[in-house]
Amino acid sequence: MFHHALEINEPRCIGCARCMKVCPTEAIRIRGGKAFIQGNRCIDCGKCHEACPVDAIFIKQDDFQSIFDYPHSVALLPAVFLSQFPSDMSVTRIYAALKDLGFKHVFEVESSASVFAEAKGRYAEHHADDEPLISSFCPAIVRLIQIKYPSLVNNIMPIKAPLDLSAMYALKALGDRGIPREEVGIFYVTPCAAKIAAVKSPVGEKRSIIDGVINMDSLYNRVYKKIKEQGKSYSFQPSKSPNLSADAILSTLTNGERRLCMAKRSYAIDGLQNVMDFLDKLENDEVEGVEFLELRACDQSCAGALLSCDNRFLIGERMYNRARKAAERERNGEVPRDREIDKYREYLLANANVDKVQPRSMMTLDKDRKVAFQKMERINRLKEFLPKVDCGLCGAPTCDAFATDMVINRVGLTRCVFYQRHLQQKNEITRQECLAAMNAVWGTDRMNDPKD
Amino acid sequence: MHQEYTIIEGDFVNAGKASSSVKKTLKQLDVNPSVVKRVVVALYEAEVNAIAHAYGGKVLVDIDEDKIHMVVADKGPGIPDIAQAMQEGYSTARPEVRDMGFGAGMGLPNMQKNVDKLDVKSTVGVGTTVEMEVNFS
Repeated sequence: MFHHALEINEPRCIGCARCMKVCPTEAIRIRGGKAFIQGNRCIDCGKCHEACPVDAIFIKQDDFQSIFDYPHSVALLPAVFLSQFPSDMSVTRIYAALKDLGFKHVFEVESSASVFAEAKGRYAEHHADDEPLISSFCPAIVRLIQIKYPSLVNNIMPIKAPLDLSAMYALKALGDRGIPREEVGIFYVTPCAAKIAAVKSPVGEKRSIIDGVINMDSLYNRVYKKIKEQGKSYSFQPSKSPNLSADAILSTLTNGERRLCMAKRSYAIDGLQNVMDFLDKLENDEVEGVEFLELRACDQSCAGALLSCDNRFLIGERMYNRARKAAERERNGEVPRDREIDKYREYLLANANVDKVQPRSMMTLDKDRKVAFQKMERINRLKEFLPKVDCGLCGAPTCDAFATDMVINRVGLTRCVFYQRHLQQKNEITRQECLAAMNAVWGTDRMNDPKD
Repeated sequence: MHQEYTIIEGDFVNAGKASSSVKKTLKQLDVNPSVVKRVVVALYEAEVNAIAHAYGGKVLVDIDEDKIHMVVADKGPGIPDIAQAMQEGYSTARPEVRDMGFGAGMGLPNMQKNVDKLDVKSTVGVGTTVEMEVNFS
């Protein structure tokens, strides 16, 4: 079983099917008036979460109090976290608030951006045969390729994402300060659901070294409140040197990896639909000579992440501004603090590799080709009964998905309202049977008269 | 299992419609990805050929448990010398077709490389029929 971060709060779900319609891998069905996520198809991209009008799809996180289980709790912050706050709220203040909330140490995920870039570069030197090489940065993309583009799994670079590299760095750096591993609790502040899933069931690794996950939006609220409490009484001290280099800050945005890679021909593509359109072409060998692909599930990459607390373009702008300031200070000879990671560079590079990513295709109808072939013939016959309007009233997102459900999950054809009408004309179905079929999908309450 | 697609002359925008749809079917049948790739590449080449050279045609695909059989039949000028057309780099594509990135003279040789059986029949002034077969294992 694969861990998924997205779950449905059933009592709250109104069964509106909006999530089912937007799911890029057709992972959602409606049953008994409630949405249901099929785990083997879900890539934790969070499109459903965005589409839900009643916040019934939630992202499970660890209890905040668990940071107090460790004498040395570490907040592992994505660069995008600082850019959630208005620009007049300084990094120093945010750090101070985090310390006040109980974190002993703060590390930024992107401190390992240059190590990540180097690990990819070294891998690329010896794997020209697997080009175009695809970055392992975005976990939703890795999962998308596993289930929908199994022929491209070998193109994914089996390299730890910056989040894992930085966790290793934090452990090592704290260890050097004499803090034993068991006293350190690493808490990743996640901007999206896919990264939670990546931590809880990593691809190509047995287990992650991250001890807990905190959702970015909930931490934003806590930090914001803390800062308001401190008010003007807080004495402001500007930091001595920038935390992250400009390159590191930009690495989470679209083109952030591509601008640093040496490939002659490369693309940076954001947005799941854009990525799928491109991978379809790539799989057909219609695009040749591409060496590197930076693929991100969210529009505007991590600035548009699911748990963002503001508009993706405003966050992107703040990140650019932060990067611009960092670049200026670098030009003036200041050394960004993320260079401290250089001490551990060789250690991190030596441990940056993970196992090859394995396919787990959701496309296959059966492992036995003979059986798969029979199932496909039945699906094709059933499709002829369906209206091809993709209305979703059967509880499946498209007529094609419904036809497949009928064969794989033995769902009845009478769930199709068009087919019901067809049978009614011939007097081959009763009103009760029609109602029962509708109730199976939409629950028993929906066919009642409205309460006055 | 039988599938049919229509090819329209000069419609490069829709080149690859047939091969994409065939790809989806083969994935569902759990055909080895490297075999799927060979089928898709060969069929795509044949589609582009018919779009570039002919006045439209048809793609007929038959899939069974062990193999895929593809026929791309066009109405068009035909190929006067098939042996010559099978050589890499030989091309009669018009300059505007080459400008679109097609017509490098790799079409038929590329098909040959990717399929288990290739049969090209052509009558000058009438049309060309390319018949291809790929075994799944």
